[in-house]
Amino acid sequence: MTSSRPLPELVCPAGSLPALKAAVDHGADTVYFGLKNGTNARNFAGLNFDDKTAREGIRYAHDRGRKVLMAINTYAQGADIAPWKRAVDEAASLGVDAVILADLGLMDYAVRTHPELRLHLSVQGSATNCEAIHLARDLFGIRRAVLPRVLTLDQVRQVIDNTDVEIEVFGFGSLCVMVEGRCLLSSYATGESPNTHGVCSPARFVRWEHGEQHLNARLNDILIDQYGKDDPAGYPTLCKGRFAVGGETYYALEEPTSLNVLPMLPELIEIGVAAIKVEGRQRSPAYVAQVTRALREALDAARDSQRFSVKSNWQQALGKVSEGHQQTLGAYSRPWK
Amino acid sequence: MRVPDFTLPSSLSKLLTHLPATPPAFVLAAGLNQLVKRGILPADMSLLDGRRFEVRVQDAGISLRFSAVGQGFQVDRSTDEPDLRFTANAADFARMMLREEDPDTLFFNRKLIIEGDTELGLIVKNLLDSVDWSGTPVARFMAA
Ligand code: SF4
Repeated sequence: MTSSRPLPELVCPAGSLPALKAAVDHGADTVYFGLKNGTNARNFAGLNFDDKTAREGIRYAHDRGRKVLMAINTYAQGADIAPWKRAVDEAASLGVDAVILADLGLMDYAVRTHPELRLHLSVQGSATNCEAIHLARDLFGIRRAVLPRVLTLDQVRQVIDNTDVEIEVFGFGSLCVMVEGRCLLSSYATGESPNTHGVCSPARFVRWEHGEQHLNARLNDILIDQYGKDDPAGYPTLCKGRFAVGGETYYALEEPTSLNVLPMLPELIEIGVAAIKVEGRQRSPAYVAQVTRALREALDAARDSQRFSVKSNWQQALGKVSEGHQQTLGAYSRPWK
Repeated sequence: MRVPDFTLPSSLSKLLTHLPATPPAFVLAAGLNQLVKRGILPADMSLLDGRRFEVRVQDAGISLRFSAVGQGFQVDRSTDEPDLRFTANAADFARMMLREEDPDTLFFNRKLIIEGDTELGLIVKNLLDSVDWSGTPVARFMAA
Protein backbone atom coordinates (compact mmCIF):
# COMPACT_ATOMS: atom_id res chain seq x y z
CA MET A 1 0.00 0.00 0.00
CA THR A 2 1.30 3.41 -0.84
CA SER A 3 0.93 5.96 1.95
CA SER A 4 -1.26 8.95 1.26
CA ARG A 5 1.12 11.08 3.28
CA PRO A 6 3.79 13.08 1.48
CA LEU A 7 7.30 11.70 1.88
CA PRO A 8 9.18 13.47 4.70
CA GLU A 9 11.98 15.82 3.70
CA LEU A 10 15.42 14.29 4.14
CA VAL A 11 17.45 16.86 6.08
CA CYS A 12 21.22 16.31 6.00
CA PRO A 13 24.16 17.92 7.82
CA ALA A 14 26.88 20.08 6.29
CA GLY A 15 29.97 21.07 8.25
CA SER A 16 31.80 22.18 5.11
CA LEU A 17 31.12 23.10 1.51
CA PRO A 18 32.15 19.66 0.18
CA ALA A 19 29.82 18.03 2.73
CA LEU A 20 26.96 20.26 1.58
CA LYS A 21 27.60 19.34 -2.04
CA ALA A 22 27.83 15.65 -1.09
CA ALA A 23 24.42 15.86 0.64
CA VAL A 24 22.82 17.53 -2.38
CA ASP A 25 24.48 15.15 -4.85
CA HIS A 26 23.31 12.08 -2.93
CA GLY A 27 19.67 13.04 -2.56
CA ALA A 28 19.11 15.32 0.43
CA ASP A 29 15.98 17.48 0.08
CA THR A 30 17.38 19.94 2.56
CA VAL A 31 20.77 20.67 4.11
CA TYR A 32 21.57 22.49 7.33
CA PHE A 33 24.72 24.35 8.30
CA GLY A 34 26.11 26.83 10.83
CA LEU A 35 28.56 29.71 10.90
CA LYS A 36 32.13 29.56 12.17
CA ASN A 37 31.36 30.71 15.71
CA GLY A 38 29.55 29.86 18.92
CA THR A 39 26.10 30.62 17.51
CA ASN A 40 25.58 26.98 16.56
CA ALA A 41 25.89 23.72 18.45
CA ARG A 42 28.79 22.32 16.41
CA ASN A 43 31.29 25.05 17.12
CA PHE A 44 34.39 22.99 16.34
CA ALA A 45 37.73 24.39 15.23
CA GLY A 46 37.98 24.54 11.45
CA LEU A 47 34.38 23.45 10.87
CA ASN A 48 31.46 25.35 9.37
CA PHE A 49 30.88 28.19 6.94
CA ASP A 50 31.99 31.75 6.37
CA ASP A 51 30.10 34.20 4.19
CA LYS A 52 31.77 33.08 0.97
CA THR A 53 31.31 29.33 1.43
CA ALA A 54 27.75 29.85 2.72
CA ARG A 55 26.82 31.81 -0.39
CA GLU A 56 28.36 29.24 -2.68
CA GLY A 57 26.67 26.37 -0.81
CA ILE A 58 23.27 28.01 -0.88
CA ARG A 59 23.61 28.71 -4.58
CA TYR A 60 24.62 25.09 -5.21
CA ALA A 61 21.58 23.75 -3.33
CA HIS A 62 19.06 26.24 -4.71
CA ASP A 63 20.22 25.69 -8.29
CA ARG A 64 19.28 22.04 -7.78
CA GLY A 65 15.95 22.77 -6.16
CA ARG A 66 16.99 21.92 -2.59
CA LYS A 67 16.49 23.89 0.59
CA VAL A 68 19.04 25.24 3.02
CA LEU A 69 18.56 25.79 6.75
CA MET A 70 20.91 27.68 9.02
CA ALA A 71 21.33 26.52 12.61
CA ILE A 72 21.63 29.29 15.19
CA ASN A 73 20.82 26.91 17.96
CA THR A 74 22.84 27.95 21.00
CA TYR A 75 21.64 30.36 23.65
CA ALA A 76 22.80 33.96 23.39
CA GLN A 77 25.19 34.51 26.27
CA GLY A 78 24.54 37.55 28.45
CA ALA A 79 27.92 39.24 28.11
CA ASP A 80 27.50 39.93 24.41
CA ILE A 81 24.51 38.88 22.39
CA ALA A 82 25.63 40.71 19.25
CA PRO A 83 27.05 37.60 17.50
CA TRP A 84 23.67 35.88 17.72
CA LYS A 85 21.81 38.87 16.32
CA ARG A 86 24.39 39.18 13.58
CA ALA A 87 23.94 35.52 12.72
CA VAL A 88 20.18 36.05 12.28
CA ASP A 89 20.85 39.11 10.10
CA GLU A 90 23.34 37.14 8.08
CA ALA A 91 20.84 34.30 7.58
CA ALA A 92 18.33 36.80 6.21
CA SER A 93 20.89 38.36 3.91
CA LEU A 94 22.09 34.97 2.67
CA GLY A 95 18.56 34.02 1.74
CA VAL A 96 18.34 30.71 3.63
CA ASP A 97 14.99 28.92 3.56
CA ALA A 98 14.71 28.92 7.35
CA VAL A 99 16.70 29.39 10.54
CA ILE A 100 16.79 26.81 13.31
CA LEU A 101 16.60 28.65 16.63
CA ALA A 102 16.50 27.53 20.26
CA ASP A 103 16.63 30.82 22.16
CA LEU A 104 13.21 32.45 22.57
CA GLY A 105 14.78 35.89 22.90
CA LEU A 106 16.50 35.42 19.59
CA MET A 107 13.24 34.29 17.98
CA ASP A 108 11.72 37.54 19.16
CA TYR A 109 14.58 39.44 17.55
CA ALA A 110 14.21 37.47 14.33
CA VAL A 111 10.46 38.10 13.99
CA ARG A 112 10.81 41.80 14.69
CA THR A 113 13.80 42.37 12.45
CA HIS A 114 13.16 39.94 9.63
CA PRO A 115 9.45 39.10 9.60
CA GLU A 116 9.85 37.23 6.31
CA LEU A 117 12.34 34.76 7.78
CA ARG A 118 10.92 31.28 8.38
CA LEU A 119 11.64 29.95 11.88
CA HIS A 120 12.19 26.39 13.03
CA LEU A 121 12.37 25.49 16.71
CA SER A 122 15.63 23.62 17.35
CA VAL A 123 15.93 20.36 19.24
CA GLN A 124 17.97 22.41 21.71
CA GLY A 125 14.76 24.28 22.49
CA SER A 126 13.67 21.04 24.15
CA ALA A 127 9.98 21.27 23.28
CA THR A 128 8.49 17.82 23.76
CA ASN A 129 4.79 18.58 23.75
CA CYS A 130 2.17 20.56 21.83
CA GLU A 131 1.81 23.20 24.50
CA ALA A 132 5.47 24.18 24.28
CA ILE A 133 5.36 24.13 20.49
CA HIS A 134 2.19 26.21 20.39
CA LEU A 135 3.67 28.78 22.70
CA ALA A 136 6.54 29.29 20.26
CA ARG A 137 4.07 29.31 17.35
CA ASP A 138 1.73 31.86 18.93
CA LEU A 139 4.51 34.15 20.09
CA PHE A 140 6.93 33.93 17.18
CA GLY A 141 5.18 32.11 14.38
CA ILE A 142 7.50 29.10 14.20
CA ARG A 143 6.61 26.80 11.31
CA ARG A 144 8.45 23.66 12.32
CA ALA A 145 9.70 22.05 15.52
CA VAL A 146 12.48 19.50 15.80
CA LEU A 147 11.54 16.99 18.49
CA PRO A 148 14.05 15.88 21.10
CA ARG A 149 15.08 12.24 20.88
CA VAL A 150 13.25 11.32 24.07
CA LEU A 151 9.74 10.60 22.75
CA THR A 152 8.26 7.25 21.81
CA LEU A 153 6.69 6.79 18.40
CA ASP A 154 3.24 7.06 20.00
CA GLN A 155 4.17 10.29 21.69
CA VAL A 156 5.47 11.70 18.42
CA ARG A 157 2.19 10.72 16.78
CA GLN A 158 0.26 12.46 19.50
CA VAL A 159 2.20 15.68 19.00
CA ILE A 160 1.64 15.55 15.24
CA ASP A 161 -2.08 14.86 15.60
CA ASN A 162 -2.53 17.90 17.79
CA THR A 163 -0.61 20.60 16.01
CA ASP A 164 -0.43 22.38 12.69
CA VAL A 165 3.29 23.04 13.18
CA GLU A 166 5.45 20.76 11.04
CA ILE A 167 7.30 18.13 13.02
CA GLU A 168 10.87 17.09 12.27
CA VAL A 169 12.45 14.07 13.96
CA PHE A 170 15.92 12.59 14.08
CA GLY A 171 16.53 9.59 11.86
CA PHE A 172 20.19 8.76 12.17
CA GLY A 173 23.34 9.67 14.05
CA SER A 174 25.18 9.77 17.33
CA LEU A 175 22.86 10.13 20.27
CA CYS A 176 22.91 13.07 22.59
CA VAL A 177 20.58 11.71 25.16
CA MET A 178 20.28 13.86 28.21
CA VAL A 179 17.00 15.77 28.09
CA GLU A 180 18.09 17.48 24.94
CA GLY A 181 19.22 21.02 25.21
CA ARG A 182 19.53 20.84 28.95
CA CYS A 183 22.59 18.71 29.43
CA LEU A 184 25.26 20.29 31.60
CA LEU A 185 27.68 17.38 31.86
CA SER A 186 30.22 19.01 29.59
CA SER A 187 29.99 22.25 31.56
CA TYR A 188 30.59 20.32 34.74
CA ALA A 189 33.94 19.12 33.44
CA THR A 190 35.04 22.03 31.26
CA GLY A 191 32.80 25.03 31.88
CA GLU A 192 31.49 24.79 28.31
CA SER A 193 28.51 22.89 26.95
CA PRO A 194 26.43 22.81 23.76
CA ASN A 195 23.88 25.38 24.85
CA THR A 196 26.40 27.93 26.05
CA HIS A 197 29.40 27.50 23.74
CA GLY A 198 28.08 25.31 20.98
CA VAL A 199 30.28 22.40 21.82
CA CYS A 200 30.23 19.31 23.98
CA SER A 201 33.67 18.23 25.22
CA PRO A 202 35.67 21.03 23.55
CA ALA A 203 38.73 19.57 21.82
CA ARG A 204 41.23 21.60 23.77
CA PHE A 205 40.10 19.79 26.94
CA VAL A 206 40.37 16.36 25.34
CA ARG A 207 43.49 14.26 25.70
CA TRP A 208 43.97 10.82 24.20
CA GLU A 209 46.62 8.79 25.99
CA HIS A 210 48.04 5.94 23.99
CA GLY A 211 49.41 3.27 26.31
CA GLU A 212 50.76 -0.18 25.56
CA GLN A 213 47.45 -1.86 26.37
CA HIS A 214 44.92 0.92 26.53
CA LEU A 215 43.73 4.09 24.97
CA ASN A 216 42.59 6.53 27.64
CA ALA A 217 40.21 9.38 26.95
CA ARG A 218 40.53 12.30 29.32
CA LEU A 219 38.35 15.38 29.48
CA ASN A 220 40.00 18.16 31.44
CA ASP A 221 42.05 15.42 33.14
CA ILE A 222 39.01 13.41 34.16
CA LEU A 223 39.35 9.86 32.89
CA ILE A 224 36.10 9.20 31.06
CA ASP A 225 36.87 5.98 29.25
CA GLN A 226 39.53 3.38 28.66
CA TYR A 227 39.51 1.30 25.48
CA GLY A 228 41.21 -2.08 25.13
CA LYS A 229 43.46 -2.78 22.17
CA ASP A 230 40.83 -3.28 19.47
CA ASP A 231 37.75 -1.91 21.22
CA PRO A 232 35.85 0.58 19.11
CA ALA A 233 36.38 4.11 20.39
CA GLY A 234 33.78 6.87 20.55
CA TYR A 235 33.42 10.59 21.02
CA PRO A 236 34.84 11.69 24.37
CA THR A 237 31.51 12.79 25.84
CA LEU A 238 30.74 12.29 29.51
CA CYS A 239 27.34 10.72 28.87
CA LYS A 240 29.02 7.81 27.09
CA GLY A 241 31.91 7.34 29.50
CA ARG A 242 32.48 4.37 31.76
CA PHE A 243 32.50 5.16 35.44
CA ALA A 244 33.10 3.29 38.67
CA VAL A 245 29.81 3.30 40.54
CA GLY A 246 29.27 1.17 43.63
CA GLY A 247 32.36 -0.88 42.95
CA GLU A 248 31.41 -1.63 39.35
CA THR A 249 32.79 0.09 36.23
CA TYR A 250 30.29 0.45 33.40
CA TYR A 251 28.40 2.85 31.14
CA ALA A 252 26.64 4.46 34.05
CA LEU A 253 24.68 6.94 31.93
CA GLU A 254 24.34 5.64 28.38
CA GLU A 255 25.97 3.06 26.14
CA PRO A 256 27.61 4.52 23.06
CA THR A 257 25.00 3.81 20.42
CA SER A 258 23.74 5.43 17.28
CA LEU A 259 20.16 6.12 16.45
CA ASN A 260 18.94 4.40 13.30
CA VAL A 261 15.24 4.51 12.35
CA LEU A 262 15.45 2.47 9.12
CA PRO A 263 13.08 -0.28 10.34
CA MET A 264 10.60 2.36 11.41
CA LEU A 265 10.48 4.53 8.28
CA PRO A 266 7.01 3.42 7.11
CA GLU A 267 5.56 4.25 10.53
CA LEU A 268 7.25 7.64 10.60
CA ILE A 269 5.77 8.42 7.19
CA GLU A 270 2.36 7.15 8.23
CA ILE A 271 2.12 9.32 11.35
CA GLY A 272 2.97 12.33 9.22
CA VAL A 273 6.41 13.59 10.18
CA ALA A 274 7.38 16.46 7.90
CA ALA A 275 11.10 15.87 7.93
CA ILE A 276 13.72 13.34 8.98
CA LYS A 277 17.02 14.71 10.13
CA VAL A 278 20.50 13.23 10.02
CA GLU A 279 22.93 14.19 12.79
CA GLY A 280 26.60 14.90 12.08
CA ARG A 281 27.77 18.33 11.00
CA GLN A 282 31.10 17.39 12.61
CA ARG A 283 31.52 14.49 10.20
CA SER A 284 33.30 14.39 6.84
CA PRO A 285 31.86 14.60 3.30
CA ALA A 286 32.39 10.82 3.09
CA TYR A 287 29.97 10.23 5.97
CA VAL A 288 27.42 12.65 4.57
CA ALA A 289 27.56 10.99 1.15
CA GLN A 290 27.18 7.45 2.51
CA VAL A 291 24.40 8.22 4.98
CA THR A 292 22.45 10.43 2.59
CA ARG A 293 22.58 7.86 -0.19
CA ALA A 294 21.33 5.06 2.08
CA LEU A 295 18.51 7.10 3.61
CA ARG A 296 17.42 8.49 0.24
CA GLU A 297 17.00 4.99 -1.15
CA ALA A 298 15.30 3.77 2.02
CA LEU A 299 12.86 6.68 2.16
CA ASP A 300 11.91 6.25 -1.48
CA ALA A 301 11.34 2.54 -0.88
CA ALA A 302 9.32 3.17 2.29
CA ARG A 303 6.69 4.97 0.27
CA ASP A 304 5.33 1.50 -0.38
CA SER A 305 4.99 0.38 3.22
CA GLN A 306 3.66 -3.14 2.44
CA ARG A 307 6.66 -4.13 0.42
CA PHE A 308 9.22 -2.25 2.46
CA SER A 309 12.03 -4.19 4.00
CA VAL A 310 15.33 -2.88 5.23
CA LYS A 311 18.04 -3.68 2.69
CA SER A 312 21.32 -5.01 3.95
CA ASN A 313 23.38 -2.50 1.97
CA TRP A 314 21.61 0.40 3.74
CA GLN A 315 22.23 -1.19 7.12
CA GLN A 316 25.84 -1.83 6.21
CA ALA A 317 26.43 1.73 5.07
CA LEU A 318 24.87 3.15 8.22
CA GLY A 319 26.40 0.55 10.54
CA LYS A 320 29.88 1.25 9.29
CA VAL A 321 29.87 4.95 10.11
CA SER A 322 28.04 4.58 13.43
CA GLU A 323 29.54 5.54 16.73
CA GLY A 324 29.53 2.76 19.29
CA HIS A 325 28.93 -0.95 19.15
CA GLN A 326 25.27 -0.91 18.38
CA GLN A 327 22.40 0.86 16.75
CA THR A 328 19.09 1.52 18.35
CA LEU A 329 15.61 2.82 17.67
CA GLY A 330 16.22 4.97 20.73
CA ALA A 331 13.23 6.34 22.57
CA TYR A 332 10.93 5.71 19.57
CA SER A 333 10.63 2.15 20.72
CA ARG A 334 10.03 1.79 24.45
CA PRO A 335 7.97 -1.38 24.73
CA TRP A 336 7.55 -0.89 28.49
CA LYS A 337 5.96 2.56 27.93
CA MET B 1 37.19 3.42 -8.26
CA ARG B 2 37.61 2.01 -4.78
CA VAL B 3 40.79 1.49 -2.83
CA PRO B 4 41.16 -2.29 -2.41
CA ASP B 5 42.00 -3.85 0.95
CA PHE B 6 45.72 -4.16 1.26
CA THR B 7 48.54 -4.00 3.74
CA LEU B 8 52.01 -3.33 2.46
CA PRO B 9 54.23 -6.42 2.88
CA SER B 10 56.71 -6.14 5.73
CA SER B 11 59.60 -6.78 3.32
CA LEU B 12 58.73 -3.54 1.55
CA SER B 13 58.36 -1.68 4.80
CA LYS B 14 61.81 -2.91 5.90
CA LEU B 15 63.23 -1.55 2.69
CA LEU B 16 61.39 1.76 2.96
CA THR B 17 62.46 2.23 6.56
CA HIS B 18 66.05 2.36 5.40
CA LEU B 19 65.44 5.01 2.80
CA PRO B 20 65.69 8.61 3.89
CA ALA B 21 62.24 10.04 4.66
CA THR B 22 63.13 13.53 3.51
CA PRO B 23 62.22 13.19 -0.19
CA PRO B 24 58.60 12.08 0.46
CA ALA B 25 58.26 14.68 3.20
CA PHE B 26 59.61 17.26 0.80
CA VAL B 27 57.10 16.26 -1.87
CA LEU B 28 54.30 16.44 0.69
CA ALA B 29 55.32 19.90 1.93
CA ALA B 30 55.74 21.18 -1.64
CA GLY B 31 52.33 19.79 -2.58
CA LEU B 32 50.68 21.45 0.39
CA ASN B 33 52.33 24.74 -0.48
CA GLN B 34 50.97 24.54 -4.01
CA LEU B 35 47.47 23.91 -2.66
CA VAL B 36 47.70 26.87 -0.30
CA LYS B 37 49.06 29.09 -3.05
CA ARG B 38 46.25 28.24 -5.43
CA GLY B 39 43.65 28.78 -2.74
CA ILE B 40 42.51 25.15 -2.88
CA LEU B 41 43.56 24.39 0.69
CA PRO B 42 41.54 26.99 2.61
CA ALA B 43 43.99 26.99 5.49
CA ASP B 44 43.98 29.63 8.17
CA MET B 45 47.77 29.48 8.50
CA SER B 46 47.71 31.50 11.71
CA LEU B 47 46.17 28.46 13.42
CA LEU B 48 48.97 26.21 12.17
CA ASP B 49 51.98 28.52 12.29
CA GLY B 50 54.91 27.03 14.17
CA ARG B 51 53.21 23.66 14.71
CA ARG B 52 54.98 20.43 13.81
CA PHE B 53 53.28 17.48 12.20
CA GLU B 54 54.08 13.87 11.54
CA VAL B 55 52.29 11.49 9.19
CA ARG B 56 53.23 7.91 9.97
CA VAL B 57 52.38 5.33 7.33
CA GLN B 58 52.47 2.26 9.53
CA ASP B 59 52.68 -0.56 7.00
CA ALA B 60 55.20 1.35 4.89
CA GLY B 61 57.29 2.03 7.94
CA ILE B 62 57.80 5.64 6.97
CA SER B 63 57.25 8.89 8.81
CA LEU B 64 56.80 12.21 7.08
CA ARG B 65 57.57 15.18 9.25
CA PHE B 66 56.80 18.73 8.30
CA SER B 67 55.94 21.99 9.97
CA ALA B 68 53.93 25.08 9.21
CA VAL B 69 56.01 28.22 8.98
CA GLY B 70 54.43 31.53 8.12
CA GLN B 71 52.38 31.07 4.97
CA GLY B 72 53.68 27.65 4.01
CA PHE B 73 54.97 24.24 4.97
CA GLN B 74 58.48 22.88 5.14
CA VAL B 75 60.22 19.63 5.97
CA ASP B 76 60.83 19.27 9.69
CA ARG B 77 64.23 17.78 10.44
CA SER B 78 64.07 18.01 14.21
CA THR B 79 63.69 14.88 16.30
CA ASP B 80 61.41 16.37 18.98
CA GLU B 81 57.89 15.08 19.47
CA PRO B 82 55.57 16.67 16.89
CA ASP B 83 52.51 18.63 18.03
CA LEU B 84 50.32 16.28 16.08
CA ARG B 85 50.80 12.80 14.69
CA PHE B 86 48.50 10.83 12.41
CA THR B 87 49.20 7.11 12.11
CA ALA B 88 47.45 4.69 9.76
CA ASN B 89 48.13 2.14 7.04
CA ALA B 90 48.65 3.31 3.47
CA ALA B 91 45.26 1.97 2.29
CA ASP B 92 43.37 3.80 5.05
CA PHE B 93 45.21 7.05 4.37
CA ALA B 94 44.29 6.66 0.71
CA ARG B 95 40.62 6.03 1.56
CA MET B 96 40.55 9.02 3.83
CA MET B 97 42.13 11.33 1.27
CA LEU B 98 39.80 10.13 -1.51
CA ARG B 99 36.79 10.51 0.80
CA GLU B 100 35.84 6.88 0.58
CA GLU B 101 36.15 6.64 4.32
CA ASP B 102 35.24 9.06 7.03
CA PRO B 103 38.13 9.88 9.42
CA ASP B 104 35.86 9.59 12.49
CA THR B 105 34.87 6.10 11.35
CA LEU B 106 38.52 5.12 10.99
CA PHE B 107 39.15 6.58 14.41
CA PHE B 108 36.22 4.71 16.01
CA ASN B 109 37.58 1.51 14.46
CA ARG B 110 41.06 2.25 15.76
CA LYS B 111 42.50 2.35 12.25
CA LEU B 112 43.52 5.96 12.55
CA ILE B 113 45.59 7.03 15.53
CA ILE B 114 45.69 10.70 16.39
CA GLU B 115 48.27 11.74 18.96
CA GLY B 116 49.20 15.08 20.42
CA ASP B 117 47.13 18.25 20.45
CA THR B 118 43.51 17.16 20.02
CA GLU B 119 42.30 20.57 18.93
CA LEU B 120 45.02 20.87 16.31
CA GLY B 121 43.97 17.42 15.09
CA LEU B 122 40.42 18.64 14.67
CA ILE B 123 41.58 21.75 12.81
CA VAL B 124 43.60 19.62 10.38
CA LYS B 125 40.82 17.07 9.91
CA ASN B 126 38.26 19.77 9.22
CA LEU B 127 40.69 21.54 6.91
CA LEU B 128 41.09 18.42 4.78
CA ASP B 129 37.31 17.93 4.75
CA SER B 130 36.74 21.48 3.57
CA VAL B 131 38.93 21.25 0.47
CA ASP B 132 36.62 21.57 -2.50
CA TRP B 133 38.27 19.40 -5.13
CA SER B 134 35.56 20.03 -7.72
CA GLY B 135 37.10 22.06 -10.50
CA THR B 136 40.54 20.53 -9.90
CA PRO B 137 41.96 17.54 -11.81
CA VAL B 138 41.76 15.48 -8.60
CA ALA B 139 37.95 15.62 -8.63
CA ARG B 140 37.46 12.51 -10.73
CA PHE B 141 39.23 10.34 -8.16
CA MET B 142 37.15 11.54 -5.25
CA ALA B 143 34.31 9.42 -3.85
CA ALA B 144 32.50 12.43 -2.36
S1 SF4 C 1 27.40 14.95 27.42
FE1 SF4 C 1 26.26 13.65 25.99
S2 SF4 C 1 24.11 14.13 26.34
FE2 SF4 C 1 25.33 15.78 27.23
S3 SF4 C 1 25.44 17.33 25.60
FE3 SF4 C 1 27.25 16.02 25.47
S4 SF4 C 1 26.70 14.44 23.95
FE4 SF4 C 1 24.80 15.41 24.66
